[in-house]
Amino acid sequence: MTMLEIRRLSASAGDRPVLRDLSLSAPAGEVHAIMGPNGSGKSTLAHVLAGRDGFTVTAGEVLYDGRDLLAMPPEVRAREGLFLGFQYPVEIPGVGNTYFLKSALNAVRKHRGLPELDAHDFLQIIRQKAKLVRIDENLLNRPVNEGFSGGEKKRNEILQMAVLEPRLSILDETDSGLDIDALRVVADGINGLRSKDRTIILITHYQRLLAHVVPDRVHVLYDGRIVRSGGKELALELEQKGYSWVEKELAGTP
Amino acid sequence: MTAALESRDRFLAEFDRHGGTLPGPGRLRREALDRFAALGFPARGQEEWRHTDVAPLTEIPFRLAAGTPNPHQFAGVARGPLRAFQIAFVDGRHAPTFSSIDGNPGVRISSLASVLREDPGRVEPLLAKLAAFDRNPFAALNTAFFHDGALVRIPPGAPAGAPIHLLFISSMHGEPYVTHPRILVEAGEGSQATIVESFLGPAGGVYFTNAVTEIAAADGARLDYYKVQREGVEAFHVASMQARLGRDASLTHHSISLGGRLARNDFAAALQGPGAGVTLNGLYEVTGAQHVDHHTLVDHAAPRGTSRETYKGILGGRSRAVFEGRIVVRPTAEKTDARQINRNLLLSSEAAVHTRPQLEILARDVRCKHGSTVGQLDPSLLFYLRSRGIGLEEARRILVHAFACEIIDQVRLDAVRAQLGGCLGLMARGVA
Repeated sequence: MTMLEIRRLSASAGDRPVLRDLSLSAPAGEVHAIMGPNGSGKSTLAHVLAGRDGFTVTAGEVLYDGRDLLAMPPEVRAREGLFLGFQYPVEIPGVGNTYFLKSALNAVRKHRGLPELDAHDFLQIIRQKAKLVRIDENLLNRPVNEGFSGGEKKRNEILQMAVLEPRLSILDETDSGLDIDALRVVADGINGLRSKDRTIILITHYQRLLAHVVPDRVHVLYDGRIVRSGGKELALELEQKGYSWVEKELAGTP
Repeated sequence: MTAALESRDRFLAEFDRHGGTLPGPGRLRREALDRFAALGFPARGQEEWRHTDVAPLTEIPFRLAAGTPNPHQFAGVARGPLRAFQIAFVDGRHAPTFSSIDGNPGVRISSLASVLREDPGRVEPLLAKLAAFDRNPFAALNTAFFHDGALVRIPPGAPAGAPIHLLFISSMHGEPYVTHPRILVEAGEGSQATIVESFLGPAGGVYFTNAVTEIAAADGARLDYYKVQREGVEAFHVASMQARLGRDASLTHHSISLGGRLARNDFAAALQGPGAGVTLNGLYEVTGAQHVDHHTLVDHAAPRGTSRETYKGILGGRSRAVFEGRIVVRPTAEKTDARQINRNLLLSSEAAVHTRPQLEILARDVRCKHGSTVGQLDPSLLFYLRSRGIGLEEARRILVHAFACEIIDQVRLDAVRAQLGGCLGLMARGVA
C-alpha cells in the first residue's frame, strides 16, 4: 500500500515558486530520506504536507493513504496520523507541555473514536515515553519548549511523535543542531516507531542521521524537484561528492 | 441642550427629590453635588476621557435605584462558590439574607447605610478622605448620591482569615437605574486580609453602576484586593478606587474586567509611607461593542517604594480598550522601583486599543520601566498546535488562556480563578 503519493506537485512559498513538478511515492513500512542543499525546497515540502498557511499549491496532488491530503485542514491531517517534526519548534509560553500533549493526544483519540484518557492513564503513557526519549520529567511541567535547549526541543518533538504514534512522520531536519548523544536518542526514538504500518520521511541536509536510521530509499531534492532516487548508498555518495555533483550531472543532462 | 447637560440636570433634580432621604453627611453630599453640577459629565476631548465617550451613558435617563422587590431570586448567585464572609447588595440595597458577616473575629463588616444611621460619627470622618471629587464628576456623583455599600474595618495585627466578599448584584427590573455603591476599607497596622469586590448583572440589563472605593492601609498592613467586574454587556460601570499605603504596607490589586457596554476603572494608589509596595494585576476581556477603560495612577511619595503593574487585555469584535497608566515618583521618593506593562491581544481586525504609559520621575535614584504591546495570536503558534491535532478553536482558546495566565496565576482564590477560566476564551470559541 502506498502511504504517501505526491503527484507532480508545484507549490509557492508566498509568491515565490519553490516546488516544481515534484513526484514521490512512499509505501507503508518504509523510511525515506529526502536530501538536498539549502533552498532546494525541503522545508516547503514539509510545510505543504502539514498544511501550513503561506504556501500555495499551484499544481498536482498529494494522496495520503489514497485520500486527498491537501483538502484536509492541518488538525485533521494530524488526527489522521500525519506528524511533522519541526525544524524550529516554537516556544509556547503559558501552555504546559503535559497539558499540550494531553490535548493533542485526546484530540487524536477522539477522532479515532477512542475514549479520552484520564489524567492518571495519560501520565503513565507520557512518563514511559519521556523515559524512551530521555526527556527530564521537569521539562514536562514547563511551558512547551520555553527555555529548552536546541537538543531538548528536538527531543520534545520526538516525544510528541512517540505519544501520538503517527502513521506518516515527516521529520524536517530533526537532526540539525544535535550533539552526538542527542542524535542517538532521536534516532532511537525514530527507529522505535518503525513498523510495517508506518512511513517515515526524513528530511535532512546531512548523512549523519542516516547512519543511525537506515533509510529504504533516498531522494535528492534539487531546485524543487526530485532529481535522483536510489537506495541508502545514494546518501553516502552525496556525502562524499557533495551537492555540486548533482548540479554538474544535471547540467550535463541534455 | 446637549444630552450631557440634560443628564446632569436630571441627576440634580433627582437629588432635590431624594437627597433628603439619603443617610449620612448632608453637607458633604451637597458639596459633592455642587461640584458635580460645576463639572458636568466629561466632554469629549477632555484629557482624562480622550478615548472614552460617555455620551451613550448620558443619553439614558437613569433613575436612582430603590432596591428590588424580590432579592431572593438571586440566592443562587449570592451563594457562590467563594467561601467567604460576605456582605451582599441587590440593586444598591443591603441584602442581609445573603450576608454572613458575623463570627469573623475582630474584623467588622457593615452596611454603610446602617452605620451612617446608627453611628455616623464612626464613619463620617473617613468618607471622601481618599476619593477626591474636585476633578472627577463620577466620584462627585457617587459622593452626593451613595446610599449603601460596605464598611470593612480590619483591626491592627489581625491575621489573615477567610476572604471578605463584597457582592453587588444588579437585578435589572423595570426602567434603567443607577446605583452608587460606596466602599470603605480600613486595614489597621500590621493586619492582613483578602477582600473581593464583585459586580454582577444580567446580560441584557441597562443599568449604571457608579462605584467608589477608598482603601486605607496602615503601616505594615497587607491587603490582597480583588475586583471582579462581570456586569451585563448592556450595563455601564464606572468605578474609582483610591488607596493610601503607610510604611511597609502592601496592596496587591487584581482587577478583572469582563462585563459592561462601557466600563471605566480608575485606580490610584498613594505610597505615602517608606517601603510601601503595590502590585497591580489587571485583566480585561471585551468583545462585541464593549468598551473598557483603565486609568491607573501609582503615586510614589516616599522612599523605597515598589510598584509592579501588569495589565493584559483580550479584545474581540469591534471592542475598544483604553489603558492609561501613570507612575509619578516624587522628589521625596528616592530608591523607588517601579515597573509597568500593558499587553493587548487583538482577536479581531475591528478591535482597537489605545495604550499610553506615562512616567513622571522627579527623584534621582530610581528604577523605572514601562512598556506596552498590541498584537495578535501568533500564526506560527496556532499552526504548531493544529499540527498536533488540536482544532483551530481549541488552539485559539489555549493561546488566549496562555496569554491571560500570567494574571490568572496570581489569583490565589480558587473560586475566583475558576470563574475566570470559564469566562476567558468565550471569544476564541466564536462568540466574538
